Amino acid sequence: MNAGSSPITTAIRPLTRIEGPEIKDLARGAAILGTGGGGDPYVGRLLAEAAVRERGPVEIVQVPDIPDDAVVVSAAMMGAPTVMVEKLPTGTQFAQAVRDLTARLGIVPTHIACIEAGGVNSTTPIVAAAELGLPLIDADGMGRAFPEVQMVLPTLYGHAAAPMSVADEKGNSLMLDTIDNRWAERLARTATVEMGCSVSTAQYVLTGAQLKESYVPGTLSLCVELGQTLVRARAANADPVAAVADVLSGRIVFEGKVVDVERRTQTGFARGTARVAGIGGNQGREAVLRFQNEHLIVEVDRTVETTAPDLIIVLEADTGEPITTEGLRYGARVRIVTAPADPRWHSAAAHALAGPAYFGYDTDPVLFDGIVVSDS
Amino acid sequence: MRIGIDVGGTNTDAVLMDANTVAAAVKRSTSADVTTGIVEALAALQEQRAFSVDDIDAVMIGTTHFINALVEARRLAPTAAVRLGLPATASLPPFVDWPEPLVAAMQGRAYLAHGGHEFDGREISPLDPDELKRHAADIAASGSRSVAISSVFSPINSELELQAQEILQAELGPDVAFSLSHEIGRIGLLERENATIINAALRELATSIVDGLASSVAASGLTAPLFLSQNDGTLMDMEYARRYPVATFASGPTNSMRGAAVLSGLDTCAVVDVGGTTTDVGVLNQGFPREATGEVLVAGVRTNFRMPDVLSIGIGGGSLVRENGALVGPDSVGYRLNTEALVFGGSTLTATDVAVAAGWAEIGDTGRVGHLSQEAADRALDVIATRVADVVERMRTSAAPLPVVAVGGGSVLLPEELPGLGRLHRPENFAVANAIGAAIAQVSGEIDKVYAISEGSRATVIDEARQEAVDRAIAAGAHPGSVEIVDFDEVPIPYLPGNATRIRAKAVGDLALTAVAR
Repeated sequence: MNAGSSPITTAIRPLTRIEGPEIKDLARGAAILGTGGGGDPYVGRLLAEAAVRERGPVEIVQVPDIPDDAVVVSAAMMGAPTVMVEKLPTGTQFAQAVRDLTARLGIVPTHIACIEAGGVNSTTPIVAAAELGLPLIDADGMGRAFPEVQMVLPTLYGHAAAPMSVADEKGNSLMLDTIDNRWAERLARTATVEMGCSVSTAQYVLTGAQLKESYVPGTLSLCVELGQTLVRARAANADPVAAVADVLSGRIVFEGKVVDVERRTQTGFARGTARVAGIGGNQGREAVLRFQNEHLIVEVDRTVETTAPDLIIVLEADTGEPITTEGLRYGARVRIVTAPADPRWHSAAAHALAGPAYFGYDTDPVLFDGIVVSDS
Repeated sequence: MRIGIDVGGTNTDAVLMDANTVAAAVKRSTSADVTTGIVEALAALQEQRAFSVDDIDAVMIGTTHFINALVEARRLAPTAAVRLGLPATASLPPFVDWPEPLVAAMQGRAYLAHGGHEFDGREISPLDPDELKRHAADIAASGSRSVAISSVFSPINSELELQAQEILQAELGPDVAFSLSHEIGRIGLLERENATIINAALRELATSIVDGLASSVAASGLTAPLFLSQNDGTLMDMEYARRYPVATFASGPTNSMRGAAVLSGLDTCAVVDVGGTTTDVGVLNQGFPREATGEVLVAGVRTNFRMPDVLSIGIGGGSLVRENGALVGPDSVGYRLNTEALVFGGSTLTATDVAVAAGWAEIGDTGRVGHLSQEAADRALDVIATRVADVVERMRTSAAPLPVVAVGGGSVLLPEELPGLGRLHRPENFAVANAIGAAIAQVSGEIDKVYAISEGSRATVIDEARQEAVDRAIAAGAHPGSVEIVDFDEVPIPYLPGNATRIRAKAVGDLALTAVAR
């Protein structure tokens, strides 16, 4: 397996600090990488803005600059996005989860990292880093959003999610030692529900060397770049959707109008399908999106065009504004963009971890450009 | 018969409706004191078609007063926001992400207190009466006269907001007004709380406006009950309007759409309202405007009001026409149309001039546009038709044919047929669609809650939710036999166990006039 950087992160200006104004762009870009899931970026944005306002700017460190013996902890929220917009977190609970974990392990963290660049978890590590006065690494564990703890590249490198801490806003704290990352997901998920479905976690305690090999570098900068791309394209009266596809080295697979959205709860997730009737050059054709929090499959006229782990992004057709699966609504005019995930998501092991079969779909993985991969 | 009145920024329109037929319609200038304009409009109505005050069953008023007060940040009451949710929510206190001048205009003060619920109904922490009493002392000392209370998950359990009000009211006395978030918004704490704060800040203005409206109607000798129209096209009585002024915010576009429906006889259609500066397009579904589902910014504040989903473009009767007809709008001569347009002796080529040149309308001095080339006029009108058709196309939600109704003074700019959309419906009395919409409003009841749906219980839960919406509509004054569910939505919530599902239902019925005290 190659730890080289993903092609999508080249030629993007690396972040050096998070001071405030860039958070809006970062959150919007994170909603794009969230591929429909990962939660409402608005609350995450406000939390990060408040943390930076009160605690000062957060220093951003690029992956090559991390010492091999650095002690890195990833901070993230776990729970239901719908709960998070109602029971807002306390700013201190993010740092608390990190403090609880490092105190238990008797270690002193040197850096905070982001495990999931897509959605609200792109901004929560900013809050933890600001609170703890630690630098934040410009990287994440997946280069997108996925719903479960084990669905990250570090799992493929044999790195453990646990010891992992789970903290709620009341001051409850839980420490998990698990035999593997799937058990970390299972136990943490149960605790999350009991704690009120919106908790902070600290997980994947790694050395600098381990992080360098297993994380996707540059993804926070990529989020900011994506957010700014939308703003710039609109200001220049250029096509924001095409601009986003360009930044991600992806392609626009379809343009149409959502004509049907069917949702159901199954195996603990909001599963569903959306049908999109073609407009413009796609007149007479139909796309189907299959989602479980995130968009996992896009079909056009019954042919699978792309599946997870590659990115399936639904954008408002004119503004390029990302649309969450919850916000997918009858009548919305959308364009569907597919883009390559980090290449390390395309081994047989990675497909077993977060490919269509894991999510219960009977199809081989299909890359963003429509090429079918057979793992057997 | 009913009287509908629309009090706009420029005009006060009034209509006399006999069932769904327009018996009389008048337009008068809005007066600075509001009252005079209404009294004049009512007198003009009487003049056009004499009626006895006993014939009038109800008077319905739509007004943009409250939203204008907020946008202009004037006449807002000093307001305190108390949120129950500690230890959760502390990092983002009330007024977060508000425009600073608006907070200053209402001397906004934020207080956090213990309380609130979890998604499953457990308490986050118990209410602390002493903490609330300390907040009350500070609220009293700072001179706040209106209080907004929000509590985490109060749309599911309103108990703590009610208890907190009791405690605070006992400390602050009966003169301080209270607005509770569970009565105002749906799930989404910040948006619901923002709407509640806005409501609180408008309470004093609401009292004076409602009194003013009541006295101007009474001055005309009318004794019929008075109602105000709400954002969703339904009605509230004056007592309700005093308490929930925020519910009138988007009544303007709503009334114009519903008026268009009655005038055209279509209850599911797109409505194109062409004004002087903009064209607003909305969609009616079973007689009610389709609502915006996302967050709506009002005066820079994020809210989740029930607002109609309206798309606006910068094309209207006063739009500037340039580049030999290839460019129309978005800038407009606006209210100066009567002096600046060519047909009115001005020197600016407007969309109205083009329509006159093409022979679509006879307005002003038609000779003054004789020099315009037919080609340029056709091109400009083609641009207008194409762009309006594009907006309607965007608002469509299915491939099924959707009739299009045009209202507003600027609708003379539109052709007989919109490209790809068929013949345009142009009802009579289109200029007073707003007042007609007010006159025909109905009453609604709505629920928005998260339910745990266990195996096999789905049908029961759905029935329960629908019944609750119906009961709320009846409580709001609807005639029981006329109530029906007009909107139903079911969304499973990810990550929650037990098939937690968010259900929204809206029931609507005719106003039960006999039930209203005369």
